[in-house]
Amino acid sequence: MSKANIQDGRTPPVLLFWIAAGWIGYCLLPWYGVEDGFLSFEWLFDGWPFDEDYAPALFLIGQGEKLWLSPLLIPLAMACLAIGKPKSAPIYSTMLILAGAIGFSWLMIQGFSIGIRGFNYEWLETTFGDLGDRQYGMGYGGLVVASAFLFLLTQGIAARGAVGGDVFVVSAIGGVIAIVTIFVFFPIARMLFAAFVTDDGSYSGNVFVSKFFDDRLWGLGCLWGARCGVALNSLFLAVTVGFLTTVLGLAFALVVTRSGVRFKKGLRALTVLPIITPPFVIGLALILLFGLSGTVTTFIADLLGVQPTRWLYGMPGVLIAQTLAFTPIAFLVLIGVVEGVSPSMEEASQTLRANRWQTFRTVSLPLMRPGLANAFLLGFIESMADFGNPLVLGGNFDVLSTEIFFAIVGAQYDQGRAAVLAIVLLFFTLTAFWLQRMWLGKKSYTTVTGKGDAGVHPLMPKRLALPAIAIAAVWGTFTLVVYVMIVYGSFVELWGVRNTLTFKHYVTAFAVRFNEHGVHWAGSAWDSFFTTLWIAAAAAPLTAAVGLTTAYLLTRQTFAGKNAFEFGTMLSFAIPGTVIGVAYILAFNVPPIEITGTGIILIVSFIFRNMPVGVRAGIASMSQIDKSLDESSLTLGANSWATFRKVILPLLRPAILAALVFSFVRAMTAISAVIFLVSAEYDMATSYIIGRVENNDYGLAIAYSTTLIFVMLAAVGLFQLLVGRVKIGRRTQFVTER
Amino acid sequence: MATTTIKGKAAPVSFRNVSKVFGKDVVAVDDISLEIQAGKLVTLLGPSGCGKTTTLRMIAGLEMASSGRILIGDKDVTKLPATDRDVSMVFQSYALFPHMSVLENVSYGLGFSGFSKSETRDRALAGLDLVGLKGLDNRLPSELSGGQQQRVAVARALVLEPQVLLFDEPLSNLDAKLRRQVREDIRGIQQDLGLTVVYVTHDQEEALAVSDEIVVMRNAGIAQIGTPRALYDEPNGVFVADFIGEANLLKCRIVKVDAEIATIDIDGYQHRLAARGLSEGPATLAIRPSRLIIGQDTGVDAVVAKATYVGVRMEYTLEGAFGQVFAVQDDVDDPLPVGSSVKMSFASRGPVLLSDQP
Repeated sequence: MSKANIQDGRTPPVLLFWIAAGWIGYCLLPWYGVEDGFLSFEWLFDGWPFDEDYAPALFLIGQGEKLWLSPLLIPLAMACLAIGKPKSAPIYSTMLILAGAIGFSWLMIQGFSIGIRGFNYEWLETTFGDLGDRQYGMGYGGLVVASAFLFLLTQGIAARGAVGGDVFVVSAIGGVIAIVTIFVFFPIARMLFAAFVTDDGSYSGNVFVSKFFDDRLWGLGCLWGARCGVALNSLFLAVTVGFLTTVLGLAFALVVTRSGVRFKKGLRALTVLPIITPPFVIGLALILLFGLSGTVTTFIADLLGVQPTRWLYGMPGVLIAQTLAFTPIAFLVLIGVVEGVSPSMEEASQTLRANRWQTFRTVSLPLMRPGLANAFLLGFIESMADFGNPLVLGGNFDVLSTEIFFAIVGAQYDQGRAAVLAIVLLFFTLTAFWLQRMWLGKKSYTTVTGKGDAGVHPLMPKRLALPAIAIAAVWGTFTLVVYVMIVYGSFVELWGVRNTLTFKHYVTAFAVRFNEHGVHWAGSAWDSFFTTLWIAAAAAPLTAAVGLTTAYLLTRQTFAGKNAFEFGTMLSFAIPGTVIGVAYILAFNVPPIEITGTGIILIVSFIFRNMPVGVRAGIASMSQIDKSLDESSLTLGANSWATFRKVILPLLRPAILAALVFSFVRAMTAISAVIFLVSAEYDMATSYIIGRVENNDYGLAIAYSTTLIFVMLAAVGLFQLLVGRVKIGRRTQFVTER
Repeated sequence: MATTTIKGKAAPVSFRNVSKVFGKDVVAVDDISLEIQAGKLVTLLGPSGCGKTTTLRMIAGLEMASSGRILIGDKDVTKLPATDRDVSMVFQSYALFPHMSVLENVSYGLGFSGFSKSETRDRALAGLDLVGLKGLDNRLPSELSGGQQQRVAVARALVLEPQVLLFDEPLSNLDAKLRRQVREDIRGIQQDLGLTVVYVTHDQEEALAVSDEIVVMRNAGIAQIGTPRALYDEPNGVFVADFIGEANLLKCRIVKVDAEIATIDIDGYQHRLAARGLSEGPATLAIRPSRLIIGQDTGVDAVVAKATYVGVRMEYTLEGAFGQVFAVQDDVDDPLPVGSSVKMSFASRGPVLLSDQP
C-alpha cells in the first residue's frame, strides 16, 4: 500500500455529503425562515412538513405552492450524474460546475425577484403578470441548499485542476468569497442604492447630490463662530485623534522596549486595560471628573472661585475621551513594530559610527514607518466609527456616526440621508486605507530575516527618552485615575449631589432572588447581559474560524485573483461599524435574507466586524511557521485539509485562543454597529447602557460598565492562564533559501 | 518488529522538455530533458538561482511544470500534486513538525498510506533504527541536536519506501565535521536499499563525494551531465571546469593537430595533449592547481607572487605574461620564496583543452 495508489476511481465522500445535503435541504428542512428563531425546533411538532410556514420546498411544490422553486430539482439531479465517475473524467467536473452554478444562480434570481409583496420589480410584473404569491426570507432549507450548490461548484472547479485540484482550498476560497460578498459587499451596495432613492421610491441622482452637498455636511461655519458641517467635524476629529494616539502609542512602546524604566509590566497591563472597556465608558468617567458637577471642576471652582463651565461637552471632551480610549490600540500595534526592528540593524548602525539619536532617526524610525501608518489608520478609523463618546460628550458637536444614528432612529427617519452620511464616512475611511496602502506599497520593510537575531535593542537617546517617559507617565497616571473614577463612581449614589457610597446601582442591575420557582433574575440588566454573553460566545469561534481560514489562504496558497481577494477581505476592516449597522438594516430586513431583529444579525455583524483582526492575527502567526512544514506534510502524502488540521492548526493554538478571546471581548464592548441592530428581544449590554445614559441614569450605567470590565478581565485572565499552559515546541530557526 | 524492514522501491525519473516559468517571464527552468536511472544517486549541482531547487520541487510536485512532461517509473505525473506522488523529500530546514514527537513525525506519512496502527508503529521504529536513533522516539524535535533532527527527517521520508527520495541541500545546516559523516550515512543507506535519490547542492565537493551522476545546471538549463570523474577530468566547457573543483583557465593557441593530439603554445612554451575535436586556433587550457608543475627546466616563465603555507601543502599564486594562476605543491619543506622566477609546466594527465566558443 502506498499513497500513490489511493486516488481517483471512487467518489469522494465530501461530494456525496454535499449532494445529500442538497437533497435533504430541499426535501426535508423548512425552506423559509422559522418565526420562532433559528434555534427553536418547535416546527418539528407543529404541522411540519405540510404546514405552509414550515414546509420543505418539495412539499410546497407538491401542494402547488411556490412553483418557482421547482427548477432547483434539475441541478440537484445533475449533480448526481457525477457519482461513480472518476474525478478526471470531463463529465465529473462539467456536471458539478453546471449544477452548482445553475442552482446557485437560480436561488439568487428567485430570491431577489420575489419578495413579500410578490415580484420586486415592475418589469417582472408587466412581463409575467401579477404573481399572486409572495415569499419570506430563506430558512434552513434555503441555507443548506445554497451551501450545497456552492460547494458542488467549488468541487467541480477543483476537479478542473484549479489550485492543483485541491478541493479543500478551492472550497475555502469559494466559501470565504461567498460570505464576504453576502455580508459585506451586498449590504454596502444596498446602502449605496438607498442613497439615490427619492421619497416616492424611485431612483434619482439629484436626490443624492442634494443630500451629499448639504451644508450640514460640509459647512465651514466654525471659521466664523457658527457650526461646521458634520463631515468636517468628523474628519478633523479623526485626524487629530489618529495623530495623538500614534504619538502616545509610540511613546509607550518606546518606554516599554527601550528604556530602563522599572514599571514596564505595569505599563503593559495598564495600556491593555482600555481594550476590555466599552469605549464610551471613558466618556462617562470624564463626566465624573470634568463635567458640570465633576470632581475636578468643583475643586477648581471652589479654589479659584470661578463658575464651572460646560467646556467638556463638545469637541474637547470627545477628543480627550477618544484619545484615552484608542491610545492602547496604537500601543499594541506599535509595540510589535518597535520590537520587530531587528536589533542587529541598530547595532550595525552604531558600529558605523552613528550615535543613538542618529541611529534612531535614520534606521529605527524609518523601519517603524509601516507601524506608524498602521497605528494612525487605526486611530483614524476608530475615531470615525466611534459612536458612544460623541453621543455621551458631544453636546452640540455633531459627527457623522451620531448623525447617521439620529437619521435612522430619530424623528426625522430618513434612510436616504443616513445612507449618504454613511457613504461619506465610508469614503473617508476607505481613502485613509487606500492612502496608507499607497504609501507603504513602495518599499519593503521586512527586517525579520528568519535567522534568529541576537542582540538587544539599544536604549533610547536622552533627548527622546525624557519626553517619552514624561508623556507615558502623565498619560498613564491619567488613565489610571479615569479607571479609578469608573469603579468608584459605580458606588456613589448620585455624583456631585449625594456623594454617599451605596450598592444601589448594582442591586438595581443585578439583583437575584430565590423563590419557589428557583432563581429569579430580578435585576434590570440580566436580560441584556445574558444576551451579550451568548452572542459574543457564539460569534467568537465563528470569527476565529473565518479569520484563520482566510489567513491560511492568504499566506499559504496562490491562486488567481489573490490580490483582489486580500483587498476584499481586508476592506471590511476599513468599514466603520456605523456603516455596517446602517447597511445591515437596509439589506437584511427584506427577503431573501431576512434577519433583522434576530440574534443572528448581531452574530453576523460581529463576525465581519472582527474578521480582519482574526485575519491579521492569523497572518502574523502563520508567517512564523515555515512553509517547508506544509510542503513536507504534502510530500508525505497528506492532502491540504489534513495538513491544515494536523500541522497548521496545532501550531496556531495560541493564535486561535487569542482570536477567540479578542473577538469575544470586542463583541461585548462593541456599540457602533450594534446600536442599529438590537431589538427588544435581543438587547446588548452596551446599547442598554447607552440607553441608561440617555435617561441620565449615570449610576446604573457606570455600575453595569464596571461589571462588564471585570467580566472581560476575567475572560482575558483565563486566556492568559490557558496560553501559559500550552506547551509549544518552538521551531529552531533556520534560513531557507530558494 | 524485527520482521519489519524498510525496502527501496526505486523507480526512474524522466524529464521531457520541461520548463517552469514563474509569473509572466521569470524562467526558472528552461526546456530541460533528463533521465535519472532507478537506484542511482543523482546530484543537481549549480550556483544559486540556476534552477536546481525548482527542478527538485517539480519532481516532488510542489511546483507544477509550465510545459513538458515528467515521468516517475512509467507513470506520467506532470499534473499530479505532491500528495498523490510516491516521492518523499528531506528539506533543507528538515521541516520537522515541532508539535509532534520524533515517533509521531516519522509515523505521519504512514498514517496517510493505509497502514494499520501497529504496522505504522513498527515501520516508524524500524526507520528510526535504520538512521541510528533508536530510543529517541518520544523526544520533541526541539530536544534533538541538528544532526539528529536531520536523521529524523531522513527516517520520516524513508519509511514511506518512496519511488524517489529527494534531498534539498540536506547538509547546509550542519557543521563541517558532521557533514562528512551524514553525507556518508546518506550514501550508505541509498546504496544498501538501492534507492533512487535526487540530491540538490551547491557544494561541488559534496556532489563529487556522494553522486553516481552529477547534473551541472546553469542559467535554468543543463550545462553537463556525467559521473563525478568525467566532470572533473573532462569538463565540456569553461563553466563546468571552473565550477567543479578549481581550475586555472589559460588562454593558449593550438598550433598543430595531429591524430587527435594537439600541440599548444603558451608564451612560447609548447605542450601536447588530447585535442578533443578542436582544430588549430585560439583555445582555453583548463588545469587544476595540483597539475601545475613548478621548477622544471622548461616551461612558461612565471614569478611567485604569493606563497601561503596551509599545513598539508603550499599554495602559490604565479604571475606571468599569461596572467595569474593558482598552484598547490606538496613540498612544504622547501617553499619557493616570493618574487623568485620559476618555470611552470603541465602534468601529462589532467589538463584539458576547451573551446573558446561558449
